[in-house]
Amino acid sequence: MAEQQAYSANIHPSKFAQNPLQRFLMATEIDTRLLGMIGALAIIWIGFNVFSGGLFLTPRNLWNLSVQTASVAVMVTGMVLIIVTRNIDLSVGSVLGVVGMVMGVMQTDILPNQLGLGLGNPLIWVLSLVGGLLVGIGIGALQGVIIAYLRVPAFIVTLGGYLVWRGAAWWVTMGRTVAPMDPTFQLMGGGPAGSVGQRWSWVVASIACAAILIGLYTGRRQRRRFSFPLRPLWAEAALGAIGCGLTIGAVWVANAYPWPRRIAENYAAANGLTVPETGLFISHGIAIPVLIAMGVGVVMSFISMRTRFGRYVFAMGGNPEAAELAGINTRWVTVKIFMLMGALCAIAAAISTARLNAATNALGTLDELYVIAAAVIGGTSLAGGVGSIAGALLGALVMQSLQSGMVLMGMDSPLQSIVVGIVLVFAVWLDTLYRRNKH
Amino acid sequence: MLDTRTPLVEMNDISISFGGIRAVDRASIDLFPGEVVGLLGHNGAGKSTLIKILSGAYRRDTGSIRINGEDANINNPRDAKGYGIETIYQQLAVADNVDAAANLFLGREIITPLGTLDDAAMESKAREVMGRLNPNFRRFKEPVKALSGGQRQSVAIARAILFNARILIMDEPTAALGPQETAQVGDLIKQLKSDGIGIFLISHDIHDVFDLADRVVVMKNGQVVGSARTQDVSKDEVLGMIILGKVPPGATAGPGAIAG
Repeated sequence: MAEQQAYSANIHPSKFAQNPLQRFLMATEIDTRLLGMIGALAIIWIGFNVFSGGLFLTPRNLWNLSVQTASVAVMVTGMVLIIVTRNIDLSVGSVLGVVGMVMGVMQTDILPNQLGLGLGNPLIWVLSLVGGLLVGIGIGALQGVIIAYLRVPAFIVTLGGYLVWRGAAWWVTMGRTVAPMDPTFQLMGGGPAGSVGQRWSWVVASIACAAILIGLYTGRRQRRRFSFPLRPLWAEAALGAIGCGLTIGAVWVANAYPWPRRIAENYAAANGLTVPETGLFISHGIAIPVLIAMGVGVVMSFISMRTRFGRYVFAMGGNPEAAELAGINTRWVTVKIFMLMGALCAIAAAISTARLNAATNALGTLDELYVIAAAVIGGTSLAGGVGSIAGALLGALVMQSLQSGMVLMGMDSPLQSIVVGIVLVFAVWLDTLYRRNKH
Repeated sequence: MLDTRTPLVEMNDISISFGGIRAVDRASIDLFPGEVVGLLGHNGAGKSTLIKILSGAYRRDTGSIRINGEDANINNPRDAKGYGIETIYQQLAVADNVDAAANLFLGREIITPLGTLDDAAMESKAREVMGRLNPNFRRFKEPVKALSGGQRQSVAIARAILFNARILIMDEPTAALGPQETAQVGDLIKQLKSDGIGIFLISHDIHDVFDLADRVVVMKNGQVVGSARTQDVSKDEVLGMIILGKVPPGATAGPGAIAG
């Protein structure tokens, strides 16, 4: 305490806040823009719940919402880095399509028949996934090299890619749909089998809560070590409580959604369980694609905030010339960003094909627009230099909530497009106002 | 006496053209340890272009660069940094959207044993360096965009001295600053000079550099008009060099001097 008073700079700024709300926001150091998005999401959820007669805020719908968001959520984490460096990628939907087809053909034909592994071989899903990742990374590297070294604008390169890779997806099987997928591979798409169940969901929740608390503790210790201003203790406690509360709440919802009756009965019959009068209650728990998306979110946040690569991405977005003059190999960094995007498209392709249990050449159509919209709604600035993974993930959830809610209300699909379009423009306008007021 | 030592930098017969226009035409310039050389000339005289060749931002068409008497191969900014050449640019080359510490260490981040950014260590070091340079600087957590021109300039200068530059290039170092901040930069230059660092000060305004420089070199139309020790010439004579290309008795004429 004595040490804190010795330097005026060491007093936490929240000491100077005027009202309780401001003090809370400053003490917890919560980004107000993120908070605004959470508020918008809450309004959307409650609004749809009211208008759909209580159908929206049910465990079943929220669970489905989480699975539907997973594919776009995976891709949006890469799109943030691309937009931050003042580039754009219009090809992600088509890349998803072609990679999905490649993975489909690998697991239905090439690996089991031509290489003679036989259907159901445990290597099949692994090799298909690895093959898909390599194709995705390769496509990203190709586009990245053309953008960074041949100096063709990203808009043009990926617009070309949009057509090329969609065409290539058709070419893989001459437009035939590939089905069914390998049973293990299918788990990546969710469904009763592709969820981790009650017990493991709580394990995940415990790990997440522990990570939140450890993160807060080590953050505080680091600040003390370098005598930076500390957050007040009550603010740390509030952050911990909010973080853990949200985690536990989400897992509770996922666990409250039971398997459909018929599937539960089949499962009971296969395992010799007796079905009670009230029906068998087997929780879905967190879906595997959602776990994948959360894992990707954590890894990408880490990359963007804690590694040199992430630092360079943001510096390049803020001032490309300064980054170049600082000795950063900006071209190679650009190529790496697009390779990362390709890998994320491949993961999203695995989720989408597994969920559909088929690879079709139309898979991922229009995804590029949803991904870009999610990134922009999530606070990524098209002018470059500004954006966050967490915001973009929230943006993806907002977009999917809108769509899912409109489907629940039985809105016509042309009207859905109109609403999504208007919301996108409106959200960006609000963001412009927010940024202008801030400076 | 000065000339018997090995120059820190010798640029000989440097030329560069952009689309048929000779921005720099057979220019030669040198710099000794602990010396401040003012490079003067109108806008478009070629002084910034010449110095960008030294800092690796442009590649020369012809000519040679020697650092400490040895041929130097400078093709990009990374090469220049390898020779201890640090540049503080006119347009304040900082990344606006990241904080001061991130800018100080941009391209040379401190890494933890796990390979992640050691932000706390970088911020701590940044506080130490900035404390020496500009004790009033407090805004470490904010993006550089939010800082004043002087604060941004001190970030740029701190960045250069943090990595033990031996040759410092300052392009219009005080153009964006108020009088008090200009004085601060002046003190800083004297301090760096006493550490044996060679400094190029580039300016189109003679008042910015005359009192700080040991020697001035004047350029006009891409050529060197001449050079002079500041003790041997007056400000008016140097102005005559800048505007007319006329070389006074106390100065050494270069290829760009007008005859007579």
